[in-house]
Amino acid sequence: MSSDAIAPETLGMPVAPTRMSRARGPASWIARRLGYAVVILFAISLLVFIATQALPADPAQAILGRAEPARIEALRAELGLNEPLTSQYLNWIGGVVTGDLGTSLTTRDSVSSLIGGRLVQTLFLLGITSLVAVPLSYALGALAAFKRDSLGDRVGLGSSVILASLPEFVTGLLLVMFFATTVLHVLPAVTLDTSLSGWKSLILPVTVLTCVIVPYLYRLVRASTIEVLESDYVHVARLKGLSNRRIIFGHALPNAMVPAIQGTALMLAYLLGGVIVVEFLFTYPGLGTLLLDAIRNRDLPVIQGLTLIFAGGFLLFNLLADIITVLITPRLRTGI
Amino acid sequence: MSATPTSMTSAAPTAASEGRRPSASVLRRAFRFPTVRVGLVLVLAVFLFAFLGPYFAPHTTTEFVGRPFQGPSSDALLGTDQLGRDVLSRLMWGGRSILWMAVASAFLGVGVGAALGLIAGYTPKIDNLIMRPLEVIQGFPALVLILLFTALLGPKVWLIILLVALFNVPSVARVTRGMTLDIASRDFVAAAQVIGFPRRHILYREVLPNISTPLFVELGLRITYGIAITAALSFTGNGLQPPSTDWGLLLNENRTAMAIQPWPVIAPSVLIATFAIGVTLLTEGVSRTMARVDREPGT
Repeated sequence: MSSDAIAPETLGMPVAPTRMSRARGPASWIARRLGYAVVILFAISLLVFIATQALPADPAQAILGRAEPARIEALRAELGLNEPLTSQYLNWIGGVVTGDLGTSLTTRDSVSSLIGGRLVQTLFLLGITSLVAVPLSYALGALAAFKRDSLGDRVGLGSSVILASLPEFVTGLLLVMFFATTVLHVLPAVTLDTSLSGWKSLILPVTVLTCVIVPYLYRLVRASTIEVLESDYVHVARLKGLSNRRIIFGHALPNAMVPAIQGTALMLAYLLGGVIVVEFLFTYPGLGTLLLDAIRNRDLPVIQGLTLIFAGGFLLFNLLADIITVLITPRLRTGI
Repeated sequence: MSATPTSMTSAAPTAASEGRRPSASVLRRAFRFPTVRVGLVLVLAVFLFAFLGPYFAPHTTTEFVGRPFQGPSSDALLGTDQLGRDVLSRLMWGGRSILWMAVASAFLGVGVGAALGLIAGYTPKIDNLIMRPLEVIQGFPALVLILLFTALLGPKVWLIILLVALFNVPSVARVTRGMTLDIASRDFVAAAQVIGFPRRHILYREVLPNISTPLFVELGLRITYGIAITAALSFTGNGLQPPSTDWGLLLNENRTAMAIQPWPVIAPSVLIATFAIGVTLLTEGVSRTMARVDREPGT
């Protein structure tokens, strides 16, 4: 375990399996990887179902608490709890496949319409964060690699280790106290206006999420750039007398990006967890706050739908990370 | 220097130059780094505060000592919370559960993960049988599923420990398996096999001592992860329930009045941050020492 190359798993991040068959090409590998994703999605749906509907002795009772038996019976009927478990699962999963996630118990809206609006908001937050954090990490990582072992590099490494160890809500609360409530009063502490015109209230949530990504991604870019800079082909390019600029932009950076691109996709998957807490902290109206509200209200159909969406998104980003890596790495693409 | 005491006394002497150094020596060397010492001091300070705090707390956690959200006074050094209870006392009582949950789930996760990784790495026959299901667990977003289960089965301490431990297992198993594959190919393990030691002896006496330092690093990472998850659960109101007290819950209950009474938010944030930074400095230092020892030729 070298201190330069930090494996994603050492940071508590999941890494998708990348086992390639030696002889077959990338198409069959991607097909198998997709099949694997479908299996996991099935496992997740089963798990969500078991957790929500099969495990609690009586979900209707759990939702309503102490209520009249008639109301509990009505809710049991509405949720289809009187049917055998297998048909309950098949009904639910059949609805999921056709885009029908059921009806919210609290607002009486369809779950898919509830999730739809919030999904856009969360993707907006994640999108802006990526636009800020990814270029920033790449620039910082490349810069740190070129200035390797300088004072700035060491300070950067040290502070990134510390920043990465803080839970996102601690970073968030400290930033809120500094910029919004206690020391300075320049930024809003909650997000009420999520459009671009309310950009000021987006600054803090985006900053917190950026603080989650940058320490990890920047070290990844730094490590892979250093590796490339020490490679034979960069030495050859130097010996050929190529200018520094051509070496950096023509040879070093494109190759150093390969692990970073995979890291970026994994990071987005990881952010799906972080975004829940950050949305809660800033009362940002996204999927995370919707999930926490649904949990508080014991709104079973919304919880089920959201858990599935989060798991699906997580899986998708992990899958993207794998597929992109295979497509941009010739050695893996040709299977040699 | 020998790889392990066992391999020197009972197996081939040539084994000595091959293995990693015993972990005790790595730890001793790591403590020469000032950052590691600082890390240890931070961790111990937070532990002492959390575990001795309740004996020194000036008030009980539920006693009303003033109006809600009062600033610091001589009676309540950090002011009062949303119901007028003493913040300092709630802070002193509120560390135990969170630290205990993080540490317990880390030990459980590393224990189970290391055992599975050792077996998978040493037994090719059941390697896939163990590692594939673990990959499935890694395909799940941890926080979402922990929220799901605690929401439906109730936020019970044992449940949170088990769930966090479950999500700790795959990465520990993966790291352990990789190292076991490496160690198992060394001569001193081959020697032990030739002598006819039983599998259990080889795994626990030859392999395990040689991977204990990386496992220590893993433990540190898992503790930081556990703190983040358990505190996030309490912070979002899905962990320990009122009127109990816990650093995450303090944040949850008092963050609305952050502008007028910041202490119940500052204090737990700083304690959680101090602990996380301390653990990280410790593990970083040990893993850096480990890398340095590995690079040294001919130990």
